Amino acid sequence: MSTAEIPFTVESRKDTGLYNAKLGIWLFLASEMMLFGALFSSYILLRVGATNWPRGSSILSVPLGALNTTLLITSSLTIILSWAALRMKDFKKYKLYMGVTIILALVFLGIKAYEYGMKFEHHLYPSTSTFMAIYFTLTGLHALHIIGGIVVNAYFWGPGSRMWQTDPERFTNRIEIAGLYWHFVDLVWLFLFPVLYLL
Amino acid sequence: MSHEAHHEMPFWQKYIFSQDHKVIGIQYGLTSLLFLFFGFFLILLMRWQLAYPGEALPLIGKWLGEANMPDGKMLPEFYNQLGAMHGTIMVFLGVVPLAVGAFGNYLVPLQIGAPDMAFPKLNMASYWAYFCGGVVMLASFFVPGGAASSGWTSYPPLANIATTGQTFWLLGMVLLITSSLLGSVNTITTIFQLRAEGLTFFRLPFFVWAQLVTAFLLLLAFPPLEAAGVMQLMDRLFQTSFFMPSGLMVGGEPLAISGGGSALLWQHLFWFLAHPEVYVLILPAMGIITEIIANNTRKPINGYNIMVYSIIFLGFMSFVVWAHHMFLTGMGTAISAFFQATTMIISIPSVIVLSFLFLTLWGGSIRYNTPMLFALAFLPMFGIGGLTGLPLGLAASDIPLHDTYYVIGHFHYIVAPGTIFALFAGIYYWFPKATGRKMSEFLGQLHFWPSLIFMNIIFMPMFIQGLAGVSRRLYDGGATYDFAHGVLHLNKLSTHGAWGLVIAQIPFIINFFWSMYKGKKVTSKNPWEATTLEWDAPNIPPHGNFEQPLKVYRGPYEYSVPGAKKDYSPQSSEHI
Repeated sequence: MSTAEIPFTVESRKDTGLYNAKLGIWLFLASEMMLFGALFSSYILLRVGATNWPRGSSILSVPLGALNTTLLITSSLTIILSWAALRMKDFKKYKLYMGVTIILALVFLGIKAYEYGMKFEHHLYPSTSTFMAIYFTLTGLHALHIIGGIVVNAYFWGPGSRMWQTDPERFTNRIEIAGLYWHFVDLVWLFLFPVLYLL
Repeated sequence: MSHEAHHEMPFWQKYIFSQDHKVIGIQYGLTSLLFLFFGFFLILLMRWQLAYPGEALPLIGKWLGEANMPDGKMLPEFYNQLGAMHGTIMVFLGVVPLAVGAFGNYLVPLQIGAPDMAFPKLNMASYWAYFCGGVVMLASFFVPGGAASSGWTSYPPLANIATTGQTFWLLGMVLLITSSLLGSVNTITTIFQLRAEGLTFFRLPFFVWAQLVTAFLLLLAFPPLEAAGVMQLMDRLFQTSFFMPSGLMVGGEPLAISGGGSALLWQHLFWFLAHPEVYVLILPAMGIITEIIANNTRKPINGYNIMVYSIIFLGFMSFVVWAHHMFLTGMGTAISAFFQATTMIISIPSVIVLSFLFLTLWGGSIRYNTPMLFALAFLPMFGIGGLTGLPLGLAASDIPLHDTYYVIGHFHYIVAPGTIFALFAGIYYWFPKATGRKMSEFLGQLHFWPSLIFMNIIFMPMFIQGLAGVSRRLYDGGATYDFAHGVLHLNKLSTHGAWGLVIAQIPFIINFFWSMYKGKKVTSKNPWEATTLEWDAPNIPPHGNFEQPLKVYRGPYEYSVPGAKKDYSPQSSEHI
């Protein structure tokens, strides 16, 4: 046997009930949890130690934040639908729902960019205050995660989707992995929104 | 995928951008050994300055640049750079990549009977992220102001206002953290998913357990440092004030910043990584030592199960001890009390592991070959390092000892004659598997004995200096302080010991390359008559590792089983 065929890339291992990539993505997400967890802890520590801390809603636009929240929750739904479509062997529907997911994410980024622009216009920069610093760091890092997700999803929507013809089961797994990551990115935003905009 | 592998791969694909875990392991190994020697070179320069403060360094002094060493005399700024980079390079580019990247990558799939790591492409990406991180760190020596100079801990506000080198340090760290993230996801997935048939968790070699716990530590402890690194980058590049308190003065001038940050925040985030990192340094070493001791005592490891539970417990505890590095920051007695309690608790599992390894020696018929000598030396050396750590874990005794040479002595005993000896042991032990040849026993002994002696000559005096109160941060080694004069002559002793240690590594370097081409060929694929699965693979295992899928029938250390024909019963053989 001169080839290195790695087992459990597609089918699940019996005693763990997982295929490799599924375990891998959960581990990766655990690590991401620690990354954002550390930043949220820093937020708490900085806020507790601050002499005065602005209410988020007095600086940030709650309607825009709420709109973005809705967009991301919807995109979480559509990425599940795209995976479910693959499970039901409906490739056209997959294309549709994955496309919608990508568009929703792009709109989210557009709104975020508009918000950033408004802040700069009012001369609010990361260096203005600790609140602005943590706001730009947290949302900026989150936006980078969104961009990463868009790149991956766009690949699976476009050139990567050719795998559907050759190895449909593996391709379905890939969409499941992409979906898990996407839910995580949404989940982070579900914490970011109340913490930064409302509290 | 399978039909491609039959073709002969081009050189760059086989050896440079390889996805084979063994090639990647060796790439990690060679790169990290180079970094270890480079980090060693940095400390030699510092030791010259400590032993002969202000004197010109002969021969190489003038080659190190007018900005660093005018007329061969070291400037304080350069000394600081060397100190920061020695720590960074030894920990993040030397020891951890060698212990985890090289040994973990090479051996974990072999010891669990897997054809490769679970994600070969990620594995390759992990090595190249590490490589780029290393290049960025080295490049930082050539930017204006030189490399990072705020210690390997990079405490703000000092690090925030330091020269460009600090930005390079942060970017390098981001790459190294990415590398270790990819590596740890890969290792954990491999161990959970790719174990051979019959290889249950409690039949895993202790080395694999150690790598598993290590990978979890890397996976969960590094991201907070990444968060801290991002914040320090924001502070440096976008003038935020995450770590900058209000009213900060630099050079008599108030800084034009918003303030409101917390310098302590960095320390919390940094040590949240850096304490688990200590166990990342030591666990793989314990794993290597356990394999070698079982093999060379021809006995099962006493208390294997308890050792496994111990390191799992140790892994959990390592996340709640970090602030014992911060007793002097004024965080309050209640918090100190909590962290010194957890620190005392975490010493128990380490003591259990070490005690069982000592107990395993009892009644064994010990083979004193080079790997075993290094393994045996590891036990007392790690013991000294561990026990001298206890006074540092208690706030009352830490206060006078903090930031003295005592601390340096303590953790170098753990890492240098501890972990690095274990890594040498591992190189001598698994060399035949990777190359098909044994390393020279004579040169091995010539490497071992002087190394052991010189290690102690270097680090033992540091305890004495530390107890006398000499600070570890002094550019002149303490000459300006009257109280230090009684122990200053020890600086020369340490430095001369370091020179001796350099000479003691020459036999190793010769042995390493000579044995690769001219060493004695091993005739069997199991030259040490060991029990674990890696010895079932052919020497220089091919792509895919094993000739046929393996089945495991028993635990990892069944040596000298009563009634067996041989004194070792491999995990893969059905009959003893």
